[in-house]
Amino acid sequence: MAEINILQAGMPSAASERASAPSAVAVARLMLERDLRLAFRKASQLVQPLAFFAMVTTLFPLAITPELTRLRHIASGVLWAAALLSSLLALEFLFRDDAQDGTLEQYALSGRALTGLLSAKTAAHWLLTGLPLALMAPVAAVALGVPGRALPGILASVTLGTVTLSLLGAVGAALTLGVRRAGALLSLLTLPLAIPVLIFGAHATQLAIRGEPYGAPLTLLAALAVFGMTLAPLAAAAAVRINLE
Amino acid sequence: MAWTWFHRLASPPHLYRTARRLTPWFAWPAALLILGGLIGGLWLAPPDYQQGDAYRIMYVHAPSAWLSLMVYTIMAVAGGIGLIWRMKVAHAVAAAAAPIGASFTLATLVTGSLWGKPMWGTYWQWDPRLTSELLLFFLYLGYMGLRAAFEDLQRADRVSAVLAVVGVINVPIIHYSVVWWNSLHQGPSVMYLGKPTMPPSMLVPLLMMFLGFTLFFGAVLMVRLRGEVLNRERSARWVGEEIGA
Repeated sequence: MAEINILQAGMPSAASERASAPSAVAVARLMLERDLRLAFRKASQLVQPLAFFAMVTTLFPLAITPELTRLRHIASGVLWAAALLSSLLALEFLFRDDAQDGTLEQYALSGRALTGLLSAKTAAHWLLTGLPLALMAPVAAVALGVPGRALPGILASVTLGTVTLSLLGAVGAALTLGVRRAGALLSLLTLPLAIPVLIFGAHATQLAIRGEPYGAPLTLLAALAVFGMTLAPLAAAAAVRINLE
Repeated sequence: MAWTWFHRLASPPHLYRTARRLTPWFAWPAALLILGGLIGGLWLAPPDYQQGDAYRIMYVHAPSAWLSLMVYTIMAVAGGIGLIWRMKVAHAVAAAAAPIGASFTLATLVTGSLWGKPMWGTYWQWDPRLTSELLLFFLYLGYMGLRAAFEDLQRADRVSAVLAVVGVINVPIIHYSVVWWNSLHQGPSVMYLGKPTMPPSMLVPLLMMFLGFTLFFGAVLMVRLRGEVLNRERSARWVGEEIGA
């Protein structure tokens, strides 16, 4: 089992054993594998945010108009608001199980850099929620009357944007680890921080729909993702440590 | 050592007494400056050639906006000090400052929208400054919500300090993304604060209001800090001696 490997890897080892201890990359890969395997055993948790995303994008044609020409104008906003909300919905699963059964505590005690472990965990979360969302966004876009030439741009912007959303979400989930029924609080914490992603993402999508070059906002989305990768794991690790004390 | 005064502030009774001693030193100059600024701004300053008398709300709006940002920064710096040097009274400062900052943010929003009515013909315009101020208000609400969500005071202190630090890194990103977003959608805003053409009869009262509001914040912070320290130390002996119970 992957779990056992990680715990053994984390044992405080004597200098002689240190040579045989797996490298940080190997540990990160083990964690990634473990999280993916556990998630696929509870597939319903994976499907729910996607179903939510589809549901929210369905609400707009029903509430506003079924005319595709008019839906096309609001498609970027609809897609990004729905993506933001469904990524929020998925955050609840990020640390909850591991915090409840003590796995998170073992990670913190393992003597390995918690930032690295949490980065791997966030990467797994992105693969399980962000990437499927990015793959599904073009489908929803077609349903909103978006022309086919815009789909690569939508795919790229949602892919990059969800990376930052997962990282910010990891910070928010780590901060509210000790709070019961944190749902509303979690969204209040995370959404204002996610506004830049929404702005640049929706703008890239809009430019793609209009058939204009969307490189500039896409670059800014990538910059946000890199910035998040550098700093978010530090904040998440600090919050996890505080909440485990 | 020149830093002894700073280290001594880490002792709650000393901080309590210092705050009490400092309160009038903040409060009286604040009262005089605000009174002078109001007289200068509301009566002595000439009406604006474009905005008439409507611009006078600036004398409350601009200092509130300045403080809404300054208090958030103070909160984050205090939280950072509390996290790094484990200085408990720094967390008390952050806890005491948060509601004051939120109030200044709300005052900025209210005066901004009142100013908007004669200028834009509507109470709310998605002006970049007002929008980022609204997001700042959500950040304050999230901070206070997170703080209130924990039973354990020490954990609340440290978790919310992490959030404040994350928030203060994000505030400029949010602000500039909102400015960028807005420049795509509408022309530049009507408001120009601090334009170099402002005559001294307008500028001097504004500067008095800035200084007066800042000192007023200092006075309120000292009062709230005393309450915060008393509440945190309520089982300590010095509190009983201090309040004569």
